[in-house]
Amino acid sequence: MSADTAIRPRRNSLRPAWEEKPTLIGQFGKGTILTLVVAAVLIPLWTVLVTSLSSEKTINEAGGYVFIPREFNPAAYVVIFSGGQVTDAILVSTFVTIVGTALSLVVTVLAAYGLSRPGTLWHRSILFYFLLTFLIYPGMIPSYLVVTGLGLKDNLLALILPTAISAFNLVVLRAFFMSIPGELYDSARIDGAGELRILWRIVLPLSKAVTAVVGLFYAVGYWNAFFNAILYIDRNDLQPVQRVLQQFILAGQSPTSSGTAVAIPGLGSTMPPSLAIKMAVVVVTIVPALIVYPFIQRHFTKGVIIGAVKG
Amino acid sequence: MSAPLVAAEPQAAVKKAKSISRQRLSFGQRLRRDWPLLLMCLPAMLLLLVFHYIPALGNIIAFQDYNPFVGDDPLEAFLYSEWIGFGNFEYLFKNAAFWDSVINTLSITAFQLVFYFPIPIFLAMLLNSIMSPRIRSLVQSVVYLPHFFSWVLVVSLFQMMIGGAGLLAQTLRHAGYTPPDMMTNPETFMFLITSQALWKDAGWGMIVFLAALVAIDTSLYEAAAADGAGRWRRMWHITLPGLRSVIILLLILRLGDALNVGFEQFVLQREMVGREAAEVVDTYVYYQGIAVQQWGVGAAAGLFKAVVGILLIVGANKLAHRFGEQGIYSKS
Repeated sequence: MSADTAIRPRRNSLRPAWEEKPTLIGQFGKGTILTLVVAAVLIPLWTVLVTSLSSEKTINEAGGYVFIPREFNPAAYVVIFSGGQVTDAILVSTFVTIVGTALSLVVTVLAAYGLSRPGTLWHRSILFYFLLTFLIYPGMIPSYLVVTGLGLKDNLLALILPTAISAFNLVVLRAFFMSIPGELYDSARIDGAGELRILWRIVLPLSKAVTAVVGLFYAVGYWNAFFNAILYIDRNDLQPVQRVLQQFILAGQSPTSSGTAVAIPGLGSTMPPSLAIKMAVVVVTIVPALIVYPFIQRHFTKGVIIGAVKG
Repeated sequence: MSAPLVAAEPQAAVKKAKSISRQRLSFGQRLRRDWPLLLMCLPAMLLLLVFHYIPALGNIIAFQDYNPFVGDDPLEAFLYSEWIGFGNFEYLFKNAAFWDSVINTLSITAFQLVFYFPIPIFLAMLLNSIMSPRIRSLVQSVVYLPHFFSWVLVVSLFQMMIGGAGLLAQTLRHAGYTPPDMMTNPETFMFLITSQALWKDAGWGMIVFLAALVAIDTSLYEAAAADGAGRWRRMWHITLPGLRSVIILLLILRLGDALNVGFEQFVLQREMVGREAAEVVDTYVYYQGIAVQQWGVGAAAGLFKAVVGILLIVGANKLAHRFGEQGIYSKS
């Protein structure tokens, strides 16, 4: 079975001769369930998008959320992109995502390559060192003490370094690198290429797809980072986008975040943002996932994720 | 993974002799040959050392009355803090709030085993029975998507849809009904978090089962149909047995992870529904340790969870071997 068929439920869309004709009730039931499932995902996203593009007047007429689009009013987006906390947050998250992903990819690719040839010195011990992270977790409080002890409080590196390496991604990449025929390495070495050169010129071009997927998973992780920001970032202008989303949508619901040493920075002191602006912030946090998603999905078929799941 | 090379005879082929010679190199020769590869592993190892293993070792402050103010930095504070043996654990095990959090966590795991776990299997089987490839890939594209959303986003979307001022409440009020309170009611919290988890990850969870479904030999179905087995009997006697090993594996993994029910989802909603319903072990660690600054007690709770977690994983893996499955790690 090739990796290509692995993800598709069935390759052949023709109903085999031995299978019964579908019953009407069965067809109807399946159709209803699938429609409901798809609607459950799409309706919230649709509502958010339409409301974010509505004017104050339309929102008031609808009594809140707008479901049927009546206009295209980008005013909310103009507001959030013209400076202030949301703009800061978008810049912070973009920075963290780009720098973090680059760092994670470089470090993970190097280590995966370094481990891709069994029989090299200390190979098994180093592999064990990485795999042990699946079993032993750092624990929140010692992590907090280490990161703050390094002076990373209110430093964007605190959102990058602690989550920079995923042993899972490393193992996925390593498995792929190991599947590259050894003759390629040998011939390059005979031609006098060093390890870095082999990695850059031979291995990486052959593993573009899997590297891209690993990079995108890292990027999604950085963009979605939320809790480390609660722990390590107090300054208002350094908050990532997920924190702003939480303050806009959820903090209104839980006015007392007291009891937490990390108080939620004072957004509430200013005028509450209008519904359209809130929804525009939601859209902004979704959009990167939407952009990245088709790329990740295209590589599903290459068996990257299935291979990973099978270990 | 790598077949041992010792079996080959030295005088066999030139190529084999070469790979044999790899094994016979002295340490110095191997170091000279492999140092670039070792160097490449170094940055990742250092990052894990600082941000993973040192914090893991740092769990020993669970045995201290850790006080950050006795030193200038956490290391110094650690060196000067008083060792109190199992004092923190004694406090912890007498603390009703801690046991509440453990019970909450385990109930959530049990609840989700019943109301979450079967759904991806059901969805995968349903989708697999759809003939049109276009509908299949459309549904897949849509239901995988929420997996890439953050918990903040998922909880926010639920708030906007079914919360007190959400779309549903707004529509119901419009029609003259009083909307039910779904986001802040502790009694229905279990259902709420499970639906959020389903919304986010049920589609993604299908992937493994879809792959397992494809691996089932079609000729089995054909033979069964020829012998007169209807669609339900084929499902019972072919499809479900075909999924058996994946289901057992995932079930065991979930059991090994019983104390992990997610963290951000609960931290985000703890204030809305109250501590009684929403406190899980992870949030207890956070609020005890960092928010209330009882560092030692928080670390003790974290260590307790880590140790139980390791025991559960090892135990679950034993169980997997007993069922004749591979488990998470093999006996290498």
